[in-house]
Amino acid sequence: MAKQIKGVLGKKLGMTQVFDADNRMVPVTVVEAGPCVVTRVRTPEKDGYSAVQLGFGQIDPRKVNKPLGDYLRKHDITPRRYFTEIRTEDASEYTLGQEILADAFEAGQFVDVTGKSKGKGFAGVMKRHGFGGLGASHGTQRKHRSPGSIGGCATPGRVFKGLRMAGRMGNARTTIQSLKVHAVDVEKNLILIKGAVPGANGSLVLIRTAAKKGAAK
Amino acid sequence: MHTLITELEKASLRSDVPDFRPGDTLEVHVRVIEGNRSRVQVFKGFVLRRQGGGARETFTVRKISYGVGVERTFPVHSPVIEKIAVVTRGDVRRAKLYYMRDLRGKAARIRERRDAR
Repeated sequence: MAKQIKGVLGKKLGMTQVFDADNRMVPVTVVEAGPCVVTRVRTPEKDGYSAVQLGFGQIDPRKVNKPLGDYLRKHDITPRRYFTEIRTEDASEYTLGQEILADAFEAGQFVDVTGKSKGKGFAGVMKRHGFGGLGASHGTQRKHRSPGSIGGCATPGRVFKGLRMAGRMGNARTTIQSLKVHAVDVEKNLILIKGAVPGANGSLVLIRTAAKKGAAK
Repeated sequence: MHTLITELEKASLRSDVPDFRPGDTLEVHVRVIEGNRSRVQVFKGFVLRRQGGGARETFTVRKISYGVGVERTFPVHSPVIEKIAVVTRGDVRRAKLYYMRDLRGKAARIRERRDAR
């Protein structure tokens, strides 16, 4: 079974609401898709795996380092700011320099969207892990949002690794799976995805065919 | 908001929405689909509030039905709305008329606006 994963890099523009065919309001995230360009095709013979590399965004050509710049110049591709590889079995069907736009996706299909979530700073356990906190009253003193106990005493005599505690939250690569494509505006090169997408407005997002619901549209 | 989103929203905006404000009495003609046939239902009351902007702007209409206060919120640009008719213009001093929920009978009247201020 050849998995055909399509992907496109884009910019999250923001959210809005649109009406669907049944006159219901649908919350959508508007993503400006690309234009992306295929910068490299990975083949099992040469690289050991099959993937397409996409480039997106403008960059000052002087800022591109030599190894990458020379490679792009050799294949006559203008330098891009962001690159990503999409593992797909049908990579050989892509050609270098090929443009990928919003029309790679169609309305009704499911996608996975990856982005960098908004940084929340140093967050406590209630916000970061959804802990319940301690009681609001009944004698609780200065401990209303604390995690409570973090383990036993002499046995095991230590705190287990990976125990959920307060710390830096957000600003991490996050993927939301199986979001529905509400509409695709080929003219304006926009993709409308139902629901929220990680990251701030204007940030980079990667849209891929859904891993779990990709085949069953 | 991003200009491309504003442009996108333009497509779903309606041009036939009359100019109305909180305090105005409206007749909202709503399309109701029952099974496979649709009919128009009229919801008449005063505008309690208007909030939001662009395609996501909504308004709330309040009326007293059989002694019970009923509030319904509609998106201003909803395709469900067949027509909005302004019955009277109200003279009110607030943008949100939440105080009207506590008033009954004679006190719950809204003065009609005489001049176009």
